[in-house]
Amino acid sequence: MEIDPFIFRLSIFILSIFIGYYVVWSVTPSLHTPLMSVTNAISSVIIVGAIIAGLAGNSDTIFNTSSIFGFLAISLAAINIFGGFLVTQRMLAMYKKKKKDK
Amino acid sequence: MLSANLSAAFYLISGVLFILALRGLSSPETSRQGNFFGILGMIIAVTVTFLSIGNFSTGLVVVLIFLLMGGLIGAFIAYKIPMTAMPELVAGFHSLVGLAAVFVAIAAFLNPEAFNLGSPGNIKLGSLIEMSIGAAVGAITFSGSIIAFLKLQGIMSGSPITFKGQHPLNALILISIIIVTYLLCSTQSSNLFWILLTISFLIGFLLIIPIGGADMPVVISMLNSYSGWAAAGIGFTLENTALIITGALVGSSGAILSYIMCKGMNRSFFNVILGGFGATEQSALAQNKEQRPVKSGNADDAAFLMKNASSVIIVPGYGMAVAQAQHALREMVDTLKKNDIKVSYAIHPVAGRMPGHMNVLLAEANVPYDEVFELEEINNDFANADVAFVIGANDVTNPVAKTDPQSPIYGMPVLDVEKCKSVLFVKRSLSPGYAGIDNDLFYKENTLMLFADAKKMTEDITKNL
Repeated sequence: MEIDPFIFRLSIFILSIFIGYYVVWSVTPSLHTPLMSVTNAISSVIIVGAIIAGLAGNSDTIFNTSSIFGFLAISLAAINIFGGFLVTQRMLAMYKKKKKDK
Repeated sequence: MLSANLSAAFYLISGVLFILALRGLSSPETSRQGNFFGILGMIIAVTVTFLSIGNFSTGLVVVLIFLLMGGLIGAFIAYKIPMTAMPELVAGFHSLVGLAAVFVAIAAFLNPEAFNLGSPGNIKLGSLIEMSIGAAVGAITFSGSIIAFLKLQGIMSGSPITFKGQHPLNALILISIIIVTYLLCSTQSSNLFWILLTISFLIGFLLIIPIGGADMPVVISMLNSYSGWAAAGIGFTLENTALIITGALVGSSGAILSYIMCKGMNRSFFNVILGGFGATEQSALAQNKEQRPVKSGNADDAAFLMKNASSVIIVPGYGMAVAQAQHALREMVDTLKKNDIKVSYAIHPVAGRMPGHMNVLLAEANVPYDEVFELEEINNDFANADVAFVIGANDVTNPVAKTDPQSPIYGMPVLDVEKCKSVLFVKRSLSPGYAGIDNDLFYKENTLMLFADAKKMTEDITKNL
């Protein structure tokens, strides 16, 4: 009997939870705020679903309801992607080590 | 047009890059590289999606316009936002992830052919279940984050809003979400889909309103986790590896942060999820306060004490963020260091309104991160320090958490400020902190209260040094 592809996806999901668990525990507490903003940015990879929905229609049906929700989702996710990565960048640029004693 | 297998391989690569992005945050040196990996992963995922569809008709222009619009807004916000407003920003971003998940789920429900999920009214059962979960969790994330945002912005009162029968009502709604999901999957009725979304929005709202302002670190982390699970749910629907991996990463990241925050306040996780905050605080407020003598001083006294110290530990709290005193504080510390006084910073896990909030503010004020220490790292040093300078913090220093089992904050890890030779408290008044309890430290022999705005007091001390 063949294995349902769902099981493979579930395996990826479960293993990723474990990876997330170990990776996040090793994040230094002083970087917890950048952690939140960067997780925000990467979870907006949901934009791939929005793009599929937005490009689904042919030229007569560009603006059917499904595509419109797709377009809106694209904008929302794009705000997060650009905003999330850039604000993380801005924060991380501020973390500086002590200058060597003069 | 990219083959399905090739695009799946690319999605896997971007998933791995996202893991590396989080991995980079294990130290500030590698963090910038990590962020770059994240950006790269995102570019790969988006590019591959365009290539695999390969439909470059008029729709593409519209898609790019919406993408650009969102991107510009996002970039604008990222450059303009002050660091003190990070908690609001993150809450706002969470709401957008939630709403985007809901919109993608709606799009997939209305046009399942585009996603290879079957036809309207005849969507594959597994996909429908995944879609419903993604949509419901997304909706909860959205409305919950909106409430968190309003509370952090001060548009909505930070105090808990509670009413009778709150928990039974929430339980009822949660059960009805499960029932509606079940009915939706067996009947494929679009009306049920809309009902599911509506009650999910409602429960997200109801779950967050009873939670008070100072508990926001837990709420934000929890919503971070929810946004991850919502993304994972949609990832299963779209059969997209990048989305499944990311959803799992973000989901567990948020869960761990909530756990750390709960531990920092000695609250149970279930207490948080049930929105039961604020119950214990009421009784504490009722305690009658006796008048006890306090020693209060001015900037001159504080400067004198610190000038004669050989080591000073700074304890910043939310009050420092409100007063925007971080830059003034760093200037004061610079002057102290010029006089060969050793200065370090002690950060309590729940200082501020979100995890790591104080660290970002100090970093913004050019405080080197290797002078900033977590509670466990520095707590033993208080006994050897001459002066503790508490600025805008209160409950996290209260020794009652160690001594009085009756206290609502009993068991909460606190900074051992009272072990210092002398303690300076910059505060506006003697009013109790969020937990509503008096701080014994105020009345100690070796405590000097500095009643003033944190920023002004710090500047005055610097002048007197």
